[in-house]
Amino acid sequence: MIGVKKMVSPLLRTRALNKSFGGIVATKDLSIEIFEGQICAVIGPNGAGKTTLVNLLSGNLRADSGDIIFEDDNVTGLSPSALCSRGIARSFQITSIFPEFSLLENVCFSVQASLGHSFHFWKDVRADERVINPAKEVLERIGLLSRANVLAGNLAHGEKRQLEIAMVLATRPKLLLLDEPMAGMGAEESRHLVTLLNELRSDYSMLLVEHDMDAVFALADKITVLVYGKSIAEGKPSEIKVNNAVLEAYLGSSES
Amino acid sequence: MRLKKNVQEIGVSCLFILFAIIPILAPAIGEAFYVDVFARIMIWSIAAVGLNLVLGYGGMISFGHAAYIGLGGYTIAIFSFHEINNGFIQWPVALLISGLAALLFGALSLRTRGVYFIMITLAFAQMVYFLGVSADKYGSNDGLNIWNRSEFKIYGLDFSIDDNLTFYYLTFTILILIVFLVRRLVNSRFGMAIQGTRSNESRLEMLGVPTYVYKLTAFVISGVICGLAGILQANFERFVSPDMMDWPRSGELMFMVIMGGMGTLMGPVLGATAFLVLSEVLSSLTVHWHLIFGPLLIILVLYARGGLGGIIDRGQKDG
Repeated sequence: MIGVKKMVSPLLRTRALNKSFGGIVATKDLSIEIFEGQICAVIGPNGAGKTTLVNLLSGNLRADSGDIIFEDDNVTGLSPSALCSRGIARSFQITSIFPEFSLLENVCFSVQASLGHSFHFWKDVRADERVINPAKEVLERIGLLSRANVLAGNLAHGEKRQLEIAMVLATRPKLLLLDEPMAGMGAEESRHLVTLLNELRSDYSMLLVEHDMDAVFALADKITVLVYGKSIAEGKPSEIKVNNAVLEAYLGSSES
Repeated sequence: MRLKKNVQEIGVSCLFILFAIIPILAPAIGEAFYVDVFARIMIWSIAAVGLNLVLGYGGMISFGHAAYIGLGGYTIAIFSFHEINNGFIQWPVALLISGLAALLFGALSLRTRGVYFIMITLAFAQMVYFLGVSADKYGSNDGLNIWNRSEFKIYGLDFSIDDNLTFYYLTFTILILIVFLVRRLVNSRFGMAIQGTRSNESRLEMLGVPTYVYKLTAFVISGVICGLAGILQANFERFVSPDMMDWPRSGELMFMVIMGGMGTLMGPVLGATAFLVLSEVLSSLTVHWHLIFGPLLIILVLYARGGLGGIIDRGQKDG
């Protein structure tokens, strides 16, 4: 086992995934693969079904047909919490934190959730090493440890987004589903987050849905382009950049 | 943060010291009846601490907690009516009944949110109230006298709470125990889970936390604590009536919690103390004391956000 680094089968793959809402097709025959250690970006114009894809993979939505295979197990139809405990964790486009609690406590909620049930009535969480230590580790990793006791509601927007990612990391995932982590960030904050995600790539595989093309091209190993729920192109960033179909679909029209 | 905690702890100690010396202090200043007032304050404090667990920490606005007080009290009265006076039988059964009622009512109520939750908890409590009203055998509207307080007889042990001073210190001890228990509880993982549901329930669910079971557990614990307050109240007054579980009682209990500071450890005790002392003092001044009391409560709720506990915290920060 030791030394055999190359993974043969992908960490996650989907087989002919379909999802529609009434007459609107959000996901059509989608088959993607994410290998361990990869950052796969999913891009596409508004309404291309990017968030739907994240929702399907995280279990927040159920596919009409098709399979999701994670670590060689079919995990189609599992609940978000079941998927979370298997190692698939997601962040949200809209920041959702616990504003009245400190950063550390916010991350503790995640750690606690990943430790199983919370029917522990006696021991003080703040003295519970099984909760506090992992939470501190995650905050350190994300560069927020010095702000651990600040109320989450008082954070700047960029920091809230970082906290959101910290809360995802605290569930000890193998695969991160990041739904527009840069949404609403300034250029400076975005660059900071790109650096951060780059540092995390050695330990986590990621599916990145993002509109910020600078971030996508800086981070992605592989890009999938969705249009109306269908993958129209897939490849390395350098290939996608020059793909005519992509330019046409994504930028409205090519320069003709 | 540290500082704030210290101030709260000093406040707690002061109040508890006051409770402890009232039986000596009150006769000394020639107002012996204050011992009874403070016994009632402590009993209501226990109930308010119980309600605070769901209202303050869990964000569940229950408008029916008088039901659990009533069930606890009525269980004692009915046992006593049938001449079963042993506290070792009465008390566990009373706690069990209030807990089961909280489990049933909570399980159904917690499926709703917001105003519906308030209304359905109120409805369940009124059901219990009318059950009391319609129980002809047990005094219906007139209530039921309790001729003997609970007796704790088992093997060699024989502990009586007939003496008011003994009863006072028993209540005092129970109050301290409950405050201590709740303090452990809210800082535990369980406590974090229920506080998390107040702050951002959907996020907690996304993290894979089944919030419903934690909320229900908190609701049951809270009901049992109120049941305990009911046991004490019935024993203290030697009387129960449907009035003790009518909806104004639920409202007053909520007022105590809100006034004292929701989601703070000692807020409910402060609130119960302020509420009962104020009503005692005002009612001794004039028969129309509700005219002053009502607006006063409204002003407190409007302007003292975070309740009395909140004022103390803020004063500390400014200072």
